[in-house]
Amino acid sequence: MTGHVLEVAGLQKAFRVGAGNVVACNNVSFVIPPGGSMGLVGESGSGKSTIARMLVGLEAPDAGSIHVRGRQLGTRERGRAARLRRAKEIQMVFQDPYGSLDRRLTVAQCLDQAMKLHGLTSGAARVAELLDQVGLLAKHGDSKPHQLSGGQRQRVAIARCLAIEPSVMVLDEAVSALDVSVQAQILALLNEIRASSGIALLFVSHDLAVVSEVTDDVLVMYRGSIMEQGPTGRVLNAPEHSYSKLLISSMPGPGWDPKDVLQRRAAFLEEVGV
Amino acid sequence: MSSLSTSTLASTPVIGRKKRDVAYLVSLGFLIVVVAAALLAPWVAPYAANAVDFTAIWQAPGGAHLLGTDQVGQDLFSRLIHGARESLLGPLALLALATVFGVTIGTVAAWNGGWIDVVLARITDVMFAFPGLLFVVLVIAVFGKGPATAIVALALAYAPVIAKFTRSLALAEMARPYVDAYRVQGVGGFFLCVRYIIPNLTPPLLGYLVVLFGEGLMSLATLSFLGFGAQPPSSEWGLMVQEGQSGIIQGHIWPTLVPGAAIAAVVVAVNVVGVRLSDRLNSRFER
Ligand SMILES: Nc1ncnc2c1ncn2[C@@H]1O[C@H](COP(=O)(O)OP(=O)(O)O)[C@@H](O)[C@H]1O
Ligand SMILES: [Mg+2]
Repeated sequence: MTGHVLEVAGLQKAFRVGAGNVVACNNVSFVIPPGGSMGLVGESGSGKSTIARMLVGLEAPDAGSIHVRGRQLGTRERGRAARLRRAKEIQMVFQDPYGSLDRRLTVAQCLDQAMKLHGLTSGAARVAELLDQVGLLAKHGDSKPHQLSGGQRQRVAIARCLAIEPSVMVLDEAVSALDVSVQAQILALLNEIRASSGIALLFVSHDLAVVSEVTDDVLVMYRGSIMEQGPTGRVLNAPEHSYSKLLISSMPGPGWDPKDVLQRRAAFLEEVGV
Repeated sequence: MSSLSTSTLASTPVIGRKKRDVAYLVSLGFLIVVVAAALLAPWVAPYAANAVDFTAIWQAPGGAHLLGTDQVGQDLFSRLIHGARESLLGPLALLALATVFGVTIGTVAAWNGGWIDVVLARITDVMFAFPGLLFVVLVIAVFGKGPATAIVALALAYAPVIAKFTRSLALAEMARPYVDAYRVQGVGGFFLCVRYIIPNLTPPLLGYLVVLFGEGLMSLATLSFLGFGAQPPSSEWGLMVQEGQSGIIQGHIWPTLVPGAAIAAVVVAVNVVGVRLSDRLNSRFER
């Protein structure tokens, strides 16, 4: 087939909530080329995390397929070999830098155990190399998570992904909990990693400014469906779909008026007939 | 620099802290002495456990008998020391047994949910509604009295309690994103629970088990007191209390008071030390 690293086709997921169903992901298809970076934007509740979690196997899709480097991933991995095969292809950085590291382990132990699990060469030298790659010092290897700042923890989480040498890295709101200057550093780091390792990124965020820093293309989601997709610059500067326009105009900035945003939103909801 | 900031940040009043330190050190010292005495009983006890001396019955503490003697002139101090091993190992065995079952069941229930969770919830409901001692007496009625049956029966009563506690801890732990991170790495459920989740539960679990140890010690002593647990000629402490009872009416309180005080002192000391241990373990890896 094509040379895409990640191919998602017809992905579908509904959650049972009370008596009804919430369609969190409705017929979502997209591809990411090798070394590419795809943004996934949309307001809260639009299904971004659901897609991210289906990609890494934390949720099982109702329908659809996910191919990484031409090989299909299962919907529910059974058995150690299948689990590790998937993990080797696709890794994830979570939003919460405080909770996504095991508080009992030092950074070095955390990285070491990830590599050992996948039968990769581990040890102090490799740990130091990974720490260097994410802009941490060798001495941070001996730190426990509580001794690190939010930005440093997120760097460790990124190093933990890199340790497994995946071909795709999914980042779900990975910089959303960090303050702006730290955000900028992590975004620069992600661009560096992309350039040097060729790992493809799926970058999930509700923050359009952040997405424009690290992605080539972007998907705009609303209520589980893709509204618009295209090159990030084009979509952000000249959105075509009315939801994209709404989302972009909702961003706080100079001349931003919350009342105006609410009005536009009401108009949009009327337009799509909800 | 860093030591200065930690000492000012840890804002517990210095006096309160000192008091707790004293309580901790005294309790720890006491437990060490008790355990040492239990281990070295044949060498440190001045008399044999069952050395009868009719010329010296019901003596008050002092003189040749440090803590006095009972109705047949047995040295209470020596009996206490000889009985320490059984009195301490009993609750330890009961707790070990209950913990293995409780932690396993609680973790599985939290991880799998489903019918295991439902069955656990029903069993714990029944256990909580049912007086624990009644259940234990029932088991003993079926399987016969004796220390081993008492331990197993109590372990059966404690296991669901530990399981329920473990389940609630494990559920909270499993909601943390690092658990998802391990799954994304490809770590399997069993390994994840055994290697990562359960170790992260140890500080609160340990604090709880320490409380249960105290309860277990008292429950086992109670069973022995009732005649269901340790049997003569053992000098298990609960049994000592029971044997001493006959003298109370005639004003001889020491044979009852001595083992009773030993039970109370050990329970208190274990609680003080255990809480501190749990705190320390907690601060070792909690933020
Ligand atoms: N485990 C779940 N159970 C029930 N509903 C869920 C679950 N996960 C997500 N949802 C619902 O699916 C929708 C999409 O959620 P999510 O993917 O988290 O959105 P986003 O990440 O874009 O904020 C929301 O309506 C959310 O309430
Ligand atoms: Mg989300």
